[in-house]
Amino acid sequence: MYLASVGPLRTAPLRRVPGNVVALGIVSLVTDVSAEMVTAILPLYLVFGLGLNPLQFGLLDGLYAGATAVLRLAGGHVADRWRRLKTVAGVGYALSAIAKLGFLAAGASVPAIGVVLAVDRAGKGIRTAPRDALISLSSEPSTMGRSFGVHRALDTIGAFLGPLVATAVLWASLNDYNSVFVTSFALATCGVIILTAFVRDRAPEPAPVRERLPVLRLLKEPNFRRCCVWAAALGLFTITDSFVYLAVQRRWEIGTSLFPLLPLGTAGTFLLLAIPLGRLGDRIGRWKVFLGGHLALVLALLIVCGPVGSWWLVLALHGVFYAATDGVLPAAVGPLLPEHLRASGLAVLQTGQALARMAAAVTVGLLWTLWDLRPAILAITVALTAVTVAAAVFKPLEVRR
Amino acid sequence: MRHRLLVAAIGVLALLGGAVTYVVQARDGGAAENAVPVVTGQPMGLDGRTLFFRNLADGPDSGKLAAVSVGSPAAARRVGELRCDRFAAARRTAVCLRLKPGSLPPLTELIVLDVNLRERHRTTLPGTPSRARVSPDGRIVNWTLFVSGDSYAASGFSTRTGLYEVDTGKLLKSVEELAVFVGGKRYFAADVNYWGITFGADSNKFYMTMASKGKTYLIEADYRAYRGTAIAENVECPSLSPDGRRIAYKQKVSNGVWRLAVLDLATRRVTHPPESRLLDDQPVWKDNSTLLYPLRNAANSLDIWSVGLTTPPDLLIPDATSPSLS
Repeated sequence: MYLASVGPLRTAPLRRVPGNVVALGIVSLVTDVSAEMVTAILPLYLVFGLGLNPLQFGLLDGLYAGATAVLRLAGGHVADRWRRLKTVAGVGYALSAIAKLGFLAAGASVPAIGVVLAVDRAGKGIRTAPRDALISLSSEPSTMGRSFGVHRALDTIGAFLGPLVATAVLWASLNDYNSVFVTSFALATCGVIILTAFVRDRAPEPAPVRERLPVLRLLKEPNFRRCCVWAAALGLFTITDSFVYLAVQRRWEIGTSLFPLLPLGTAGTFLLLAIPLGRLGDRIGRWKVFLGGHLALVLALLIVCGPVGSWWLVLALHGVFYAATDGVLPAAVGPLLPEHLRASGLAVLQTGQALARMAAAVTVGLLWTLWDLRPAILAITVALTAVTVAAAVFKPLEVRR
Repeated sequence: MRHRLLVAAIGVLALLGGAVTYVVQARDGGAAENAVPVVTGQPMGLDGRTLFFRNLADGPDSGKLAAVSVGSPAAARRVGELRCDRFAAARRTAVCLRLKPGSLPPLTELIVLDVNLRERHRTTLPGTPSRARVSPDGRIVNWTLFVSGDSYAASGFSTRTGLYEVDTGKLLKSVEELAVFVGGKRYFAADVNYWGITFGADSNKFYMTMASKGKTYLIEADYRAYRGTAIAENVECPSLSPDGRRIAYKQKVSNGVWRLAVLDLATRRVTHPPESRLLDDQPVWKDNSTLLYPLRNAANSLDIWSVGLTTPPDLLIPDATSPSLS
């Protein structure tokens, strides 16, 4: 199952990627189809299918954003503690699968839908860190960027297909929302089956000594700590996707019926560049590529606020930002972490980043209300540039490759 | 390994097969028999004595436009082939709004119908159907759609209200360019939302809800001059009585809770008909002293109720919504 990476650089990228990473990528692809088809119809289902008013929906939706962050830490910790990465990830995938059927059971009861959403998000929170640790442990340290690139590319294909599958199911079932949930459940369960059958657990070596919270010791490691601090600091000034799309829509007056299609521009670039930029990171240094991604975002935001440029350029640069950061960061940090703490460490890193980005979203929302959208974006762009430059100067010690 | 492959393949095929079966059977949809007496093949038209509604009773005719005579609402429902999520009629014009199947992002089909409910005009607009009305003389059709993706919160909704002049074919996709005055000053804000129009008998004066910065206003507007003034607060989904003296509306009690209220335009006095249950729709005047509106029932369907300004509510038509008279 473990196809070691040997051979010249020019062979097809997928062939030289560990089988475990490809299998995990396919699990993510299938799961993402399942998740995105529900995301695409959920507002419609709740407001139109069940007759909730939009306000109730807004309350439901905002409820669980913070909870998943804590669960990600728990998932990482448990996976490391019992050395069962695959099992913990599998539990996460299974929870999300069951949640899809929960929509049928919940009917129009708002509290029940809240519980279903919570279970779904909990599954996502639990599985992320052990899954990334599995990718990391299944890869050679020298080609980790490419492994994560392949995984993220497969994941994005799933995100692309989700809304299309949802549309097809709605069309075939004459707008029956339950059919979408049932199909989504079937696909999510297929993901669990593929995980169970084809992903090998790579049990990390046992911890040398038992500690209560080994993560705390990890944070004393200067390299890892710096990575976490800088990732979070950059996250604090990373403008959230919806603001980018909204700014693009305002700037070029894109029709509102086309608005939901803007994320496809970003995802398309991400899909095309995830593997090349992952490989570039392997060659010239992952931290450089990670920071380069933030510069791409700065450029995109400047174009949005400036007099020249066009919307597709902004979306392409936004996609470059994702391709240069999303998989590259865990690839950069993975090798810094001892095997028995890889899931916990990645969980800490990504949770810090996610919480910082949530704070950024609140800040931009606030500035927008106070100053309007353009000044808000300009302010955060200046701050992001400053932090990116600082992160390049005070780079973490061992991520220099 | 081969054993594992086989088991996995069987599992995946069984799941996908199950999903396809489910989707296919969903096409036939629900019960084969109508849960209420239904008459088909009868003519349906705007004769001034008919109460139209969306039939929600289980069965093959669920979701279709249905009609009963105003005088005998308990009689068997006449149904045709027209399916509408929202329906409204006045004089010689009717409007049918329906969600276009399999459209993501969602689209609404707007169908304008003549006196015999034959299609006169059709257009597709972004959003999902929310409210529909026809001006009393049948000349202006108007609607409100929910649109998602406008707001920076990805899950946020906004409303878009538009109108169509039946005679001239003029289509106004959104009324948000209306010059609105609040407290004597022209009002500008990025977050303005409009919903629920109601026209006066002259097809010129109209009322609607404007929401901005957490407040809702009742806007009284002039169509020809195309300007409006906020004349009251906390009025949503206004509905002007046939004599033009009162406005029935849903009044916000707390987040997500509304009740029926009536505003006397001359005295600005607000009264409450004896109906305290949660109302989330634009009420319809049956005459100058009776209101029709849908309420959610125990089975999570909707029933159409009727209430007088001072007399207690009556269940008019069970399993039905979107009432309209003509």
